[in-house]
Amino acid sequence: MAIANEYKKPLPTPSAVSRPFWDAAKEHRLVYQRCRVCGTRVFYPRDVCPGPECFGIGTLDWVESSGKGWVYAHTISYQPAHPGFADDVPYVLAIIELDEGWRMSSNVVNVDPRDVRIGMRVAVVWDDVTEEFSLPKFQPEQ
Amino acid sequence: MPDTLRGKAAIVGIGELKPERTRPGRDAMSLLAEAAYLAIQDAGLAKSDVDGLIVDEGMLGGGSGYCAKMAEHMGIFPTWATGCDAQGAAAVVMALQAAAYVNAGLANFVLCGMSAAIDPGARRRPPAAGTETATSEFQAPFGPTVAANGWYAMIAQRHEALYGTTVEKRAKIAVDLRYNANHNPLAYFHDTPLTVEDVVNSRIVADPLHLLECVMPCAGGCAFVVTRAEIARSLRHPPAYILGGGLGVPRNNLAHLGEITIAPVGRAAKKAFAMSGYAPSDVQVMEIYDSFTITVICELEDSGFCPKGEGGDWIQEHDLTFKGDRPLDTHGGQLSCGQASTAGGCAQVTEAVRQIRRDGGAHQVPGPADLVYVTGSGGYFSQQSAMVLGSAAAL
Repeated sequence: MAIANEYKKPLPTPSAVSRPFWDAAKEHRLVYQRCRVCGTRVFYPRDVCPGPECFGIGTLDWVESSGKGWVYAHTISYQPAHPGFADDVPYVLAIIELDEGWRMSSNVVNVDPRDVRIGMRVAVVWDDVTEEFSLPKFQPEQ
Repeated sequence: MPDTLRGKAAIVGIGELKPERTRPGRDAMSLLAEAAYLAIQDAGLAKSDVDGLIVDEGMLGGGSGYCAKMAEHMGIFPTWATGCDAQGAAAVVMALQAAAYVNAGLANFVLCGMSAAIDPGARRRPPAAGTETATSEFQAPFGPTVAANGWYAMIAQRHEALYGTTVEKRAKIAVDLRYNANHNPLAYFHDTPLTVEDVVNSRIVADPLHLLECVMPCAGGCAFVVTRAEIARSLRHPPAYILGGGLGVPRNNLAHLGEITIAPVGRAAKKAFAMSGYAPSDVQVMEIYDSFTITVICELEDSGFCPKGEGGDWIQEHDLTFKGDRPLDTHGGQLSCGQASTAGGCAQVTEAVRQIRRDGGAHQVPGPADLVYVTGSGGYFSQQSAMVLGSAAAL
């Protein structure tokens, strides 16, 4: 048995469908899904296409993202719901829109929280939180 | 347009418990039973008259068979019972479900209700990891929000950036609603006044939302009874007729799709108003679901009371108190009554009924209350409901 993990925050619980995302993350590659029938960009991971005109099942391919995008929306959290984040407040929760046109939740880091603005250009930065998991976070684009 | 429910069903009984921070020794079934008994008695009915039941799926903390459990708990024996899984949108959705059921011959008297228990001495379930669903797996690792605060903060932040809706503007919602609560003995903050300065100076929970822009979780319960219009006319109270309704479901998770400042109630409102034959300008009283100040502003805009982006200014131009030109959340809203989970939204329905009956006591609107617009909101702009209720004069 390995030594008890010191990481105190929630970790992902990958499913068969989402596992490729976390495997790629471990290699510091940010991936999303794209439908080979209708082209819809998909996130969170699925095995059915949610494209408005599409009935694709098993038609979503994993594609690598540039990791670049912008802050679509954000908040500074002063009150963590999970005790693991107690030492992090205030921290930035954000919805990031990647340049390929898909969105994910994440944190904006390596910046004064008060300086984060909607529209701010950001790029992915990897947080290797455990041996198994690397979390994609975002920092102002260099 | 198909043959609709317009005017064919009415709410004839209401029951509501005063929200409290805790209700020691009381569980959700107990609180719902108490609210339900009040509603059945208010309608002038016996328990044995109730042949339909709609229960909030979320209320009993998971598991199946909640309708049967609740019926057994209360000693009622329905011949039709279903759940409703619409989160904060549930009360309006239940009323519309019930209206359909009583007009389809499935039941005559449908009891709808929900409750929330906060019992400091209760057995606790072990906390779940919270990362086991397809979407939470991609939220929780980044720092979950307290209730929905973080998500609504992002909506507020974006609304402020796009339209200049600052806390000074948003605060008017909290302040006008508090005035209403100060005239409602069932409101948690009945005895506490509130100023814009109080709101602006309260601590920031999730930037830009301040503490006094957010609902406070409470224990409580709320219920109502729906029947067909012709039966309703023979009962003891003036009926609150259901004139139209709808639900909008744009997504579950705010992060992944659409312009997040657009309230899903838009599509629900369009349907509700079309069915009712009325327009937003005809509405005399509004009971708008208020989880946060920003929720109300977006709902007003997307329901059609003012153009998109102008909600912050619109509320400055109008008096939203029960004595004002645009009475809104006349009971004080959930912001000032306290939010007993989905029962908080149910209080918006029961208050609409009270206003239509002209039974609001110290917070009864002085002007006409024959046409009332009610909304519900679930998740974080995940699903929102709209309903037009009216007196006999509005039929």
